[in-house]
Amino acid sequence: MPFGRFWGSTIGKKVVMAVTGIVLVGYILAHVTANLLIFVGPSAIDGYAASLRTLPVLLWGVRVLLLVSVVLHVVAATQLAVLARAARPTAYQRFVPQASSSASRTMRWGGVALLLFLVYHILHFTTGQAHSDFIHLAPYHNITTAFRVWWVAGIYVVAMVALAMHLYHGTWSMFQTLGIEHERVNAARRRFATIIAVAVPLGFVSVPIAVLLGALR
Amino acid sequence: MTMHLKLRVWRQPGPTAAGRFVAYDAPDLSADMSFLEMLDVVNERLIEQGEAPIAFDHDCREGICGSCGLMINGVAHGPMRGTATCQLHLRSFRDGQEVVIEPWRAKAFPVVRDLVVDRSGLDRIIAAGGYISARTGGVPDANAVLVAKDDADSAMDAAACIGCGACVAACPNASASLFAAAKIAHLGLLPQGQPERAKRVLRMVSQMDMEAFGNCTNIGECQEACPKLISIDVIARMNRDFLRASLLGREERVGSSGEG
Repeated sequence: MPFGRFWGSTIGKKVVMAVTGIVLVGYILAHVTANLLIFVGPSAIDGYAASLRTLPVLLWGVRVLLLVSVVLHVVAATQLAVLARAARPTAYQRFVPQASSSASRTMRWGGVALLLFLVYHILHFTTGQAHSDFIHLAPYHNITTAFRVWWVAGIYVVAMVALAMHLYHGTWSMFQTLGIEHERVNAARRRFATIIAVAVPLGFVSVPIAVLLGALR
Repeated sequence: MTMHLKLRVWRQPGPTAAGRFVAYDAPDLSADMSFLEMLDVVNERLIEQGEAPIAFDHDCREGICGSCGLMINGVAHGPMRGTATCQLHLRSFRDGQEVVIEPWRAKAFPVVRDLVVDRSGLDRIIAAGGYISARTGGVPDANAVLVAKDDADSAMDAAACIGCGACVAACPNASASLFAAAKIAHLGLLPQGQPERAKRVLRMVSQMDMEAFGNCTNIGECQEACPKLISIDVIARMNRDFLRASLLGREERVGSSGEG
């Protein structure tokens, strides 16, 4: 089937969301692991940042892949949300959810919040415009100076709560959309999604919290 | 024991007319009445007063035809799990309770009158591919085609779908995924369903999209609303079949409508 027809189908768009979701989950796993280098010491994380620059092809390859993934994920989600809204033109006067989780019901607005956070995060720690004392390729300095401000750390903590919720439903939903379903794996896919949704955001918030508590300075 | 309910019912004289909620006081009901019997009693009283009765769909009243279906206090088919509206009884409500009754709401289910909606969109999804093609002829021996017991059981679970549309009604996206997926799983699990398996999923999904049903966000409201408790596992199966047919299936020849 040509991609146009595939993309034209609601399931096709969902598959695109699932596949780009795998790319993004894979990336944040690498990201959170690298972040924890900050607890090893300034030289570990600064050295890691410098080492990324030694392979510009890889660096830009990953950046392009991520950008394409985010764009496809957001475009598909937006189109599907518009279709879904049109599918119920008259709202129920009373509607009581029976089975859905708060995580699954907040995917759309939670996703918008994460997208806004992503823009802020890149301006903050990658390009530096949103940082008052940014030094290129000095992540230890950039991170510790930023998170000493309580409300900056607060933005990150709130964003990681949103990320946890998005991952809790999104990671599980990915299996469902790709048809990875079998009585032998169904419990494991729920466990996997829960572990990702808890471990990744915890790893991320450990840094601003450590800075706020004075463990990193 | 007599019961008293305070109803708020959606009244809409016709497809294009504006609808509104009308309050009806319903005293002297029995807790052993089914929900539809309660509406019958209310309707008889309305007719005696010279008012138009509340239109609602019903047929077998034993939970197997899929005709009835109402949104009752914000829950498709009401508060009893795994039960169609006709099998719901007033003992599931409190004496004096307010009960809001709405039709299924979806662009693909236009209101015909009051609580009756047009669900022929589901029929068109079936017509698009929810069948098998079998040659006529002598009756084959009963066990000529072997079916594993597990597959037969799973196919039977999916075939329990009565097409009531509660999955669409309960889905925040008004998606018919559980309905289409149940039909696809029912046929796709059996040997007789194999020849058209790839075409079936592509055509039924395409028809579902054309009927203006929404997409599935895997949130699970449908399986909770389903009077037959069909699991969203069948939706994963439909996605798998769709993916396989899209990636590996042969393109359909333009203008070909022949099967088999």
